[in-house]
Amino acid sequence: MQVRITVNGAETGAEVEPRLLLVHYLRNVVGLTGTHWGCDTSNCGACTVWLDGVPVKSCTTLAAQADGHAVRTVEDLDAGGELDPLQRGFMEEHGLQCGFCTPGMLMTLRALLDSDPDPDETTIREAISGNLCRCTGYENIVRAARWAAAHAAAGGAEQPTPPTGGAEQEVTA
Amino acid sequence: MQVPAPFDYRRAHSLDEAVALLERHGPDARLLAGGHSLLPMMKLRLARPETLVDINDLTELDYVRLDGDEIAIGALTRHATVLASALLAEHYPIFAEAEAVIADPLVRNRGTVGGSLCQADPAEDLSGVFAALRGRAVVHSSAENRSVALREFHRGPYETAVGDGEILVELRVPVRPGAGSAYEKVERRAGDWAVAAAGAFVQLRDGVVADVGIGLSAVGADHFTCPEAEDALRGQEPTAARIAEAAAICRDRCEPTADQRGPVDFKRHLAEVLVTRALTRASRRAGGAEA
Ligand SMILES: Cc1cc2nc3c(=O)[nH]c(=O)nc-3n(C[C@H](O)[C@H](O)[C@H](O)COP(=O)(O)OP(=O)(O)OC[C@H]3O[C@@H](n4cnc5c(N)ncnc54)[C@H](O)[C@@H]3O)c2cc1C
Ligand code: FES
Ligand code: FES
Repeated sequence: MQVRITVNGAETGAEVEPRLLLVHYLRNVVGLTGTHWGCDTSNCGACTVWLDGVPVKSCTTLAAQADGHAVRTVEDLDAGGELDPLQRGFMEEHGLQCGFCTPGMLMTLRALLDSDPDPDETTIREAISGNLCRCTGYENIVRAARWAAAHAAAGGAEQPTPPTGGAEQEVTA
Repeated sequence: MQVPAPFDYRRAHSLDEAVALLERHGPDARLLAGGHSLLPMMKLRLARPETLVDINDLTELDYVRLDGDEIAIGALTRHATVLASALLAEHYPIFAEAEAVIADPLVRNRGTVGGSLCQADPAEDLSGVFAALRGRAVVHSSAENRSVALREFHRGPYETAVGDGEILVELRVPVRPGAGSAYEKVERRAGDWAVAAAGAFVQLRDGVVADVGIGLSAVGADHFTCPEAEDALRGQEPTAARIAEAAAICRDRCEPTADQRGPVDFKRHLAEVLVTRALTRASRRAGGAEA
């Protein structure tokens, strides 16, 4: 079947099998591999994208269901040429280690911050309860979201300190 | 990589079209609502429908509203909408308490009330909620709209009263002035299915239980409920002793099976404890002691 899906504001389209999952459409057909494909069982949230503005698990959504709809992926977060405050928060607060869960975390948390610009820790933890992270223990992810909330008003003025060389210092500190 | 077997995809743009598609494609066609039970089953090849009829465009089935002396919930209403509903929060806190522990926020953005009930998983939380509240299901076909008591809706695990060519369109719950309600669930980790769960509503008149409903999930309770326990409490004061008596009846009447979530005696124990808690909180709320 033919599908036409708006991805990050751009029209995409392809002839696909109805059984093609949205995550594979994004990664293999459109070539946007930022959306990660993890557990494949609707549990880990690595595949989280927005469907018409709502975060969903793209491994449990058919590309066919997104036909005629709008999808937003992690690649769109720095669309204006500047990192989203949330992305900067993840850098500042060391919100990722291996980075596998990060695209899903970012899409879930961006949706949270859009509806609740100043969420408390409990709200953040509840929001990401469908996004699993095997590395960070979530502490730094929660801090990253808080950082983004605190720096949203600044309008993304100052860029975060680049992580170069910092890693080694942290280990020895 | 988990991939469903091939199928035809049809998108319905109206209820009539959805029914017509079901009729045309016969018993090998399945409705696709949130897809969060059906697609995982298809990926595991536990389900192999030949045609999927996508009903996500039927936004006219996505509502929670007061309709006379009943609350009507459209079958395509997402879990997230139920969780956030001020109307349900006002009349039946049991909904928000159950929804808050159904899956995770991402699944709740997609999964629907109708899909949950039609999936008829023995651990489905909303089945227990609607059984407790003695709700009714409105089932639509090209011939009629029929109303089925929720306590007759489930025909067994993964089996419901919805037949070929039929669609569940609405759930209805009577408004019960002054009623208190509550939901209790034990799960292994955030977002998981229940090891055991219980819900209840209590209506008091002159300090005596005028009406009561009990729902049970994941413990093999017949039709997700236990009428004998309700009968034991009706007409009594909701004292700790009376509630304990009703909870013990639930413990003895349910038929849990051992699985990776726990052995039978543990689940029976949970049924008793969770019914006690749900009844206690529901009674307090009915008494006005707790918000
Ligand atoms: C990771 C995960 C965790 C979960 N945890 C829980 C939990 O803790 N508690 C819980 O209760 N549920 C849980 N669920 C299930 C979740 O609530 C699903 O959303 C729900 O079971 C199915 O709803 P759906 O709209 O996605 O249905 P679908 O998957 O679209 O459909 C399910 C079945 O119902 C049929 N159907 C759908 N709509 C209708 C209709 N209107 N009329 C007739 N038939 C219809 C379909 O044909 C299909 O057979 C979980 C799911 C996942 C993926
Ligand atoms: S890959 Fe989709 S939830 Fe894990
Ligand atoms: S950073 Fe490795 S899974 Fe989250």
